[in-house]
Amino acid sequence: MTDGGRMPIASNADVVAVRQQVRAVAIEAGMSLIDQTKVVTAASELARNVLVHAGGGRVTVEVVDDGRRRGLRLAFSDEGPGIADVEQALVDGYTTGPGLGLGLGGSRRLVDQFDLTSAPGEGTTIVVTKWARG
Amino acid sequence: MERVPILKLGDILIISIQIDLDDQSVLGLQEDLAERVVATGARGVVIDITAVEIIDSFIGRMLATIAAMCRLLDADTVVVGMRPAVAITLVELGLSLGGVRTALDLEKGVAALGHLHGRDTTR
Amino acid sequence: MNVHADVARRRIEELLGTSDEQILRRWSALAKAPVDELKELYQALRTALAEEGSDLADIRGLLAELSRDRVRRGHTPSDTARAVFGLKEAVYEVVEADGGPEALRGFIWFSRLIDDLGLYTIETYATAREKVILDQAEQLLELSTPVVKLWDGIVAVPLVGTLDSARTQVVMEKLLQTLVDTGSEHAVIDITGVPAVDTQVAQHLLKTVVAARLMGAECVISGISPQIAYTIVTLGIEFGDIVTKATLADALAYTLRRSGIEFGEGRRTQIAIRAEDA
Repeated sequence: MTDGGRMPIASNADVVAVRQQVRAVAIEAGMSLIDQTKVVTAASELARNVLVHAGGGRVTVEVVDDGRRRGLRLAFSDEGPGIADVEQALVDGYTTGPGLGLGLGGSRRLVDQFDLTSAPGEGTTIVVTKWARG
Repeated sequence: MERVPILKLGDILIISIQIDLDDQSVLGLQEDLAERVVATGARGVVIDITAVEIIDSFIGRMLATIAAMCRLLDADTVVVGMRPAVAITLVELGLSLGGVRTALDLEKGVAALGHLHGRDTTR
Repeated sequence: MNVHADVARRRIEELLGTSDEQILRRWSALAKAPVDELKELYQALRTALAEEGSDLADIRGLLAELSRDRVRRGHTPSDTARAVFGLKEAVYEVVEADGGPEALRGFIWFSRLIDDLGLYTIETYATAREKVILDQAEQLLELSTPVVKLWDGIVAVPLVGTLDSARTQVVMEKLLQTLVDTGSEHAVIDITGVPAVDTQVAQHLLKTVVAARLMGAECVISGISPQIAYTIVTLGIEFGDIVTKATLADALAYTLRRSGIEFGEGRRTQIAIRAEDA
């Protein structure tokens, strides 16, 4: 079992690198092409969020196993301004930046578990898990 | 930043995205394309994404923006070759790319443009 | 194990040996099972108990077999468990007659052991069932997802049976891949054979149509039964501009027309391919 390890998110190129790393680990976890695509897309959205809203941060990529199936867990964290209203941030179309406001809500739909911890001034941590189907 | 080449074929511009696009390249492509449409007087744009493995909301928005921009510049846009996994993911993400014309492959996309202009550009 | 417990356990083992016929007969009556069927189990139990530190693997194997056998003969899993539990009562009668404190203390230990074994038969039953169900679900998934070519550039998925979310997803992925592989611009999703849909399944159908559009293909949904139409409307699911047709034939005619193929009127059907649309 490989640990994808910790990766910095400090530039646009890092976002691309995160996508490629998540793809590689998803393949290793035995995910179908559709599930790979979903988790890589979610990773891309969340990495961009870290970059745009917090100016940078990091992600940890790891393979997880709950005994019945394997999956991928991604933990994004930053020391940015944080999110005051988490419920609001997850609503489609809500945005404080230049994007479409689909990043958080959309990526939540692409994964199986989505945990967001944040408070103003304390940064944001988002942990998502995607299980390989069947 | 990597540049995506824009090819001209008759009055059509063809873009085939073969690299993993970062956000900067996406913006660059948008600008380059608008300039080329004006400079060449192209009537149609085909964006081939057969090789693209993921489309997130940023790239999705680029496709919609290009289509809208080209419409203003009197050119039609067709996005061709989207993979099933990419399409399913886009729908799940909440993007339906309304207003963007699509075709299964480059050939059908070029044919669709010819159709739009009332003549067959492939001949 | 302390000395007391060890003595108690040995006393039970002795009783199982000396009164074996009495216990077996009584057990057989309580379990409503022939002595022969229980005898092997009883012997295996005695052997297992005699061995120091035995993990009861042999007896578990026998129990699993018994459990399977009895299910095949129409017994319920509780029946089988009850039959195993019957041994406790049979042994208790012997223990009572013995009356000694070791035997009574030993009976507590023995009773716990039999409880475990009885529950094990239930567990075996459940595991076997689960495996059968899983296998069938998998077979069903593979069997029931054909994507067929109706015409050049037109494919169809005739869906039959109850759709659950997982199956719908598999079918839809297969359909989209077929569009690419065959270069088909039209697809018909026929749900004539589907008795009902729920919100999730309807959503999957919708998402498939939208995904197909993103890829440059058009989907038509045909064979919506009155009940399904009612469900869709009551659930408030918006089908929007998605083309729906009453029957597969209507859908085929529609997609043929859309791909530029026209049918002539009259007795003999004539098919002419339209050269130019503009």
